[in-house]
Amino acid sequence: MSAETFTRRSPAVVWLAENGALAALVVLAVALSLLSSDFLTVTNLLNVGVQAAVTAILAFGVTFVIITGGIDLSVGSVAALSAIVLAWSATDAGLPWPLATLLGLAVGLAAGLVNATLIAYGKLPPFIATLAMLGIARGLALVISQGSPIAMPEAVAHLGDTIGSYLPVPVIVMVVVGLITSVILNRTYVGRAMYAIGGNEEAARLSGIRVDRQKLITYALSGLFAAVAGIVLASRLASAQPQAAAGYELDAIAAVVIGGASLSGGKGRAFGTFVGALILAVLRNGLNLLSVSAFWQQVVIGVVIALAVLLDTLRRRTTI
Amino acid sequence: MKRTVGLVAVLVLALTACDTDTSGGGGPVKLGMSVSTLNNPYFVQLRQGAEEEARTRGAQLTVTDAQNDASQQVNQVQNFTSQSMKAIILNPVDSDAAAPAVKAADRVKIPVIAVDRGVNGAEVAQTVASDNVAGGRLAAQELAEQMGEKGEVAVLEGVPGTSAARERGQGFTEGIKAFPGIRVVAQQPADFDRTKGLDVMTNLLQSQPGITGVFAQNDEMALGAIKALGAKAGQEVKVVGFDGTPDALKAVQAGTMAATIAQQPRLLGKQAVQAAIKAAGGETLGKTVAVPVKVVTKENVAEFVS
Repeated sequence: MSAETFTRRSPAVVWLAENGALAALVVLAVALSLLSSDFLTVTNLLNVGVQAAVTAILAFGVTFVIITGGIDLSVGSVAALSAIVLAWSATDAGLPWPLATLLGLAVGLAAGLVNATLIAYGKLPPFIATLAMLGIARGLALVISQGSPIAMPEAVAHLGDTIGSYLPVPVIVMVVVGLITSVILNRTYVGRAMYAIGGNEEAARLSGIRVDRQKLITYALSGLFAAVAGIVLASRLASAQPQAAAGYELDAIAAVVIGGASLSGGKGRAFGTFVGALILAVLRNGLNLLSVSAFWQQVVIGVVIALAVLLDTLRRRTTI
Repeated sequence: MKRTVGLVAVLVLALTACDTDTSGGGGPVKLGMSVSTLNNPYFVQLRQGAEEEARTRGAQLTVTDAQNDASQQVNQVQNFTSQSMKAIILNPVDSDAAAPAVKAADRVKIPVIAVDRGVNGAEVAQTVASDNVAGGRLAAQELAEQMGEKGEVAVLEGVPGTSAARERGQGFTEGIKAFPGIRVVAQQPADFDRTKGLDVMTNLLQSQPGITGVFAQNDEMALGAIKALGAKAGQEVKVVGFDGTPDALKAVQAGTMAATIAQQPRLLGKQAVQAAIKAAGGETLGKTVAVPVKVVTKENVAEFVS
């Protein structure tokens, strides 16, 4: 899988071949620009960016987990809980907004740490531990909010705004979180340890990596990113909703896998995940622009997810 | 094997419990209520209305949340039958999938009251529901009038295949036909969700910039659309929602939402409990009770804010 195989081809081809998901995104974008004259405009592409932001931020967190060979089903619920805690503590409990924001982020972190503790020390399968958290976090969000939306403090809600007329804040947050993800994965011990654990957990342990502690960090990051995503989502609506982000965990996982990660661990990149999230957002946007009927939309989304991953696996098979 | 023994034990217990209750009488009437989801302010209000009524009538009401899962709801109703409930209030997750639950209750002769949504394929003692088709028609009329009876309209649809989405859509389509100057240029799903309402409206503004009216099949989507429209909401573009949730009433007051069709979830809950108490006492009830819906605009919104 090294780049040497491609040295005789043009750099653009090499790059596309190395990024199966990106090739799928390009195909999709070209098809949509041909089908709808409204697709390829600056405003629309920025809209797509904003609409991809929440899924992408969630997916960056899930990327860490999937690289270690785990899974995190709780991110959607944790996102909702963090936003509810933030909004509730700022309005009902009267905390100043910076403290409330820290509290919201802390809730995400704590949920991640609970997941990790159950997995690393309780030896629960990640699927079950995070499925339990999916229910717990959603339930707590409903308990705290009494089932009703809570207004976000204005200072925080600016996260959903646009700077000037063109620069949406959610897109900036997405890019920043993506860069952080990339740095952690490529430039830190923690990141290398994640790949090692996902590649072969026993070998990682034998080579001196403290696997349990690394898992703690991995799931904590996923929880923290979920909190960021939840706060961005609630800011876009200026309202924290207990039922927000329901089902987003599946979009996040899909984005990570479309981006070339393997559910059995050891593989995955921040850029791939970013492209995966964009594919989902571009698709939903395009279906709206083309006025595709409600019933067919779900079929099309399913087919495109399958095709995108298929394209990637075919590429691997032919190039290895 | 163990499971069967357990099941038999539960059944025996249930039967004996039923017997003692019918002969003994006395004590508060025990009612079970399965709500489709408490993940939505509307159903939370429905539950509140039911609980208040149960308290004033001295009935003992147990409420469970089916979390939008039809099979879980069947289990909950089955559990109610073994808890010697005198009547069951069912707020179906899905009108078609609720039939097995109703039949399970029917086998042990416990009357079922359907609330908010009807049940297809099984007899219930009474259906207490808002008139969604009439509501859709009212929405069309109000939107058309506020748009000056001309212009382009986008419709934000609910979860595909649900009865609420179907009936509200049907009512709106019928109602809007009376206004030849109005054209429905886009009909897209946003799944009754505020975020999706925001995203879908943003996208539609790209392909249909001339839209001057929006009908959202619930308030959550309408509030998302208003967010997408920004300063245009209430000015160039009129948005009509459905449900009359507290947030929507605030938006109507603020002038960003042109109107909402208010259902009365508390009243639905209240009437369902009344019907259940009557049914528990052996009374025969009329097939349906249509709880009226009302158009809420800036003029009359004060009546609805409590």
